[in-house]
Amino acid sequence: MVIKKWLPALASAAAILIQLLIASNGNHPQADADYYLYVSIAGGVIALMCAAASHLHKGFDKIWSFKAPFWTGVIVFFAILDILTEKFCILPAIYFPSPSRIFGAMVSDHALLAKCLGYSARLLLTGFFGGAIVGILTGIAVGFSKAADYWISPIIRILGPIPSTAWIPLVLISFPSAVSASAFLIGLAVWFPTTVMTSSGIKNISNSLFEVSSTLGAGYFYRIFKVGVPSAMPSMFIGLFNGVCSSFITLMTAEMIGAKYGIGWYVNWQKEMMSYSNVYAGLIIIAVLCSLLITLLFKVRDKVLVWQKGVIKW
Amino acid sequence: MVGEINVKDVVQTFIQPDGSTLTALDHVNLNVKAGSFVSFIGPSGCGKTTLLRLIAGLTKPASGEITLDGEKIDGPHYERGLVFQNPTLFPWLSIYDNVAFGLKARKIYKDKKQEVSEYLSLVGLENFASSYPHQLSGGMAQRASLARALIGHPKVLLLDEPLGALDAFTRMNMQDELLRIRSEKSMTMIMVTHDVDEALYLSDKIVVMSPRPAKIEDIIDVKMFRPRQRNNPEFLRLRSQILKTLHYAGNEPEQEYVI
Ligand SMILES: Nc1ncnc2c1ncn2[C@@H]1O[C@H](COP(=O)(O)OP(=O)(O)O)[C@@H](O)[C@H]1O
Ligand SMILES: [Mg+2]
Repeated sequence: MVIKKWLPALASAAAILIQLLIASNGNHPQADADYYLYVSIAGGVIALMCAAASHLHKGFDKIWSFKAPFWTGVIVFFAILDILTEKFCILPAIYFPSPSRIFGAMVSDHALLAKCLGYSARLLLTGFFGGAIVGILTGIAVGFSKAADYWISPIIRILGPIPSTAWIPLVLISFPSAVSASAFLIGLAVWFPTTVMTSSGIKNISNSLFEVSSTLGAGYFYRIFKVGVPSAMPSMFIGLFNGVCSSFITLMTAEMIGAKYGIGWYVNWQKEMMSYSNVYAGLIIIAVLCSLLITLLFKVRDKVLVWQKGVIKW
Repeated sequence: MVGEINVKDVVQTFIQPDGSTLTALDHVNLNVKAGSFVSFIGPSGCGKTTLLRLIAGLTKPASGEITLDGEKIDGPHYERGLVFQNPTLFPWLSIYDNVAFGLKARKIYKDKKQEVSEYLSLVGLENFASSYPHQLSGGMAQRASLARALIGHPKVLLLDEPLGALDAFTRMNMQDELLRIRSEKSMTMIMVTHDVDEALYLSDKIVVMSPRPAKIEDIIDVKMFRPRQRNNPEFLRLRSQILKTLHYAGNEPEQEYVI
C-alpha cells in the first residue's frame, strides 16, 4: 500500500487547505499569529520527507508504514478541532481553544514552559528512580524473606490504596523542602506497584527452578540474584510501567504543594486563570514526556527480556 | 569407583490437605553399586519421585537415612545431579549459559570454560549455544538439561522420567545417548521410568515398587550384553516377569475386548 505512506502528507495538505479556504469565525478569539498554519506546514514538510525516505530505505519504511496511520490520525484530530473551534465556533470558546491558540501559548510561554519542564523532569526522575529502586529491593525482600513478608506486606496493603493527596500535610511537615516532599510523594506512588509486582513475581516462580539450581551447586544468595530476580523480571517491568503512569498522576498533586515551577504547577495555575489554551499546551507537553519515558522503558525491557520474545506477549 | 548409594530403612510421610498423614515410602532399603545403572519402576503415585528427591537431598526423610559413599546425605549437592521429567531450563539464559550455570554458581567457570562446548556437543547442541530454551524442541531442551546436570561431573545422576514426554524415536536415541555418556564418564545413574522396555534396555538392576505405601516388590538383575536387542528371548522373559510383578503388586488389569 503505497498510499498509506503518503497519508500524513495528504492530511497535512488538507489541513492547510481548510485553513486557507475557510474564513475564521469572529466569535472565536484569534491567536496573535497563524501558529497552527505554521505547524501544519512544518508537519506537512516532515511528512513528505518521511514518505520519500521510506521509498529509499527499507528499515525506515517498516517503521513509517506502521506509524503513518497514527500520525494521520493526529493531524486529522487537530484539523477537526480547528473546524469546530476557530472556523465555525461550534464548541464553547473558553474551554475549547483553537489549535492556533494552543500552539500560540507554547510559543509565547516557551521560556517559562522550558523552565517548568526542567523542574518537572528533575522531580519526576528523582521520584521515579528512587521509588523504583526502593520498590525492587522491598519486593525482593518480601518475595524471599518470610519475616519481611510478615511485616511489610500489611504495610503495603494499608498504604497502597491511599491517594497521594492524603499525605500532603504529613509530608509537608516531615520534609525540609517542598521539592524533597514532592519527590517523596512521587517515589511512594512508584514504590507501591513496583514492590507488589516484584514480590508477586518472585512468589510465582516455579519451585523446581530453585531446586534445579541447588542441585547444580548454587548457594542461597546465588539463587536469589541469579534465579529469583531474573525470573521475576517480566513482572517487575509491569510494576515499573504502572509506576510511570502513577508518577505522572502524582506529579500534578506533588506540584500543588509549594512548587515554584513545574508543568503540573503551570497547568494548575493556568486552570485557575481560566486560560485553557495554556492548560492544553501544558497537558500536551506532559503527554509527550510521559510517552517518551514509557518508550524508553519499553526499549530497556526489550533489551533485558530478549529471552522472552515469543514466550509472552503483553 | 565412587557413587554408591545406600538407602537404609527410609520412611517418608506427607501431611495431606485434610490433615491425614500419607505414608509415601515405608521402610525402604536399597543398595545401588557405584557405576551401575538402576531403574525404579512402579505404578504412578507410588513414591518413585519421592525417593529420588530424598537421594537428591531436596527433602529429608521422616526416618532412616541415605548415604553416598558412606556419607549421610544432608541437602542438595552438585555431586548428585538431577534431571526432571520436564526440562526446567532457565528461560532467561541461552542454552550455553544454562549449561554453564553450575560452573558459574560454583565459581569454577573461568577454569572450565572449554567444557561447556564439549558438553554441548556431547548432547548434539553445539549449533544451538546461543538459542533460548523456548526456541528448542522438547527433546533438545531435555538434552540441554542433561548436559547441564552432567557438566558438574556428578557422582550420581538422578533422572526422573527424563524421557517420558518424548516421542518414540527421540526417546530411543536419548536412551542410546545415556548409555554412551555413562560409558564415557563413569557415573552411577538412577532413573525413574514407567516404561518396562526402557528399564530393560538400560539397566543393570530394576527396582520394582509396589503401590502406596511404596515397598520394594522385587529387584531384578539384568545381565544381558549391550547393545541389547528388544526382541531377544531373555529380554522378553524379563519383561513378562516384571509385568507380572506389577500386576500382582497393583490391581489386575481390566479385561478389554476390542471387536
Ligand atoms: N510434597 C508433597 N506433599 C504431599 N503429598 C505428596 C508430596 N509429594 C508427593 N506426595 C504424595 O506421595 C505419593 C508419591 O508421590 P510420587 O513420589 O510423586 O509418586 P511417583 O511414583 O508417581 O513419582 C503420591 O500419593 C503423592 O500425592
Ligand atoms: Mg514421579
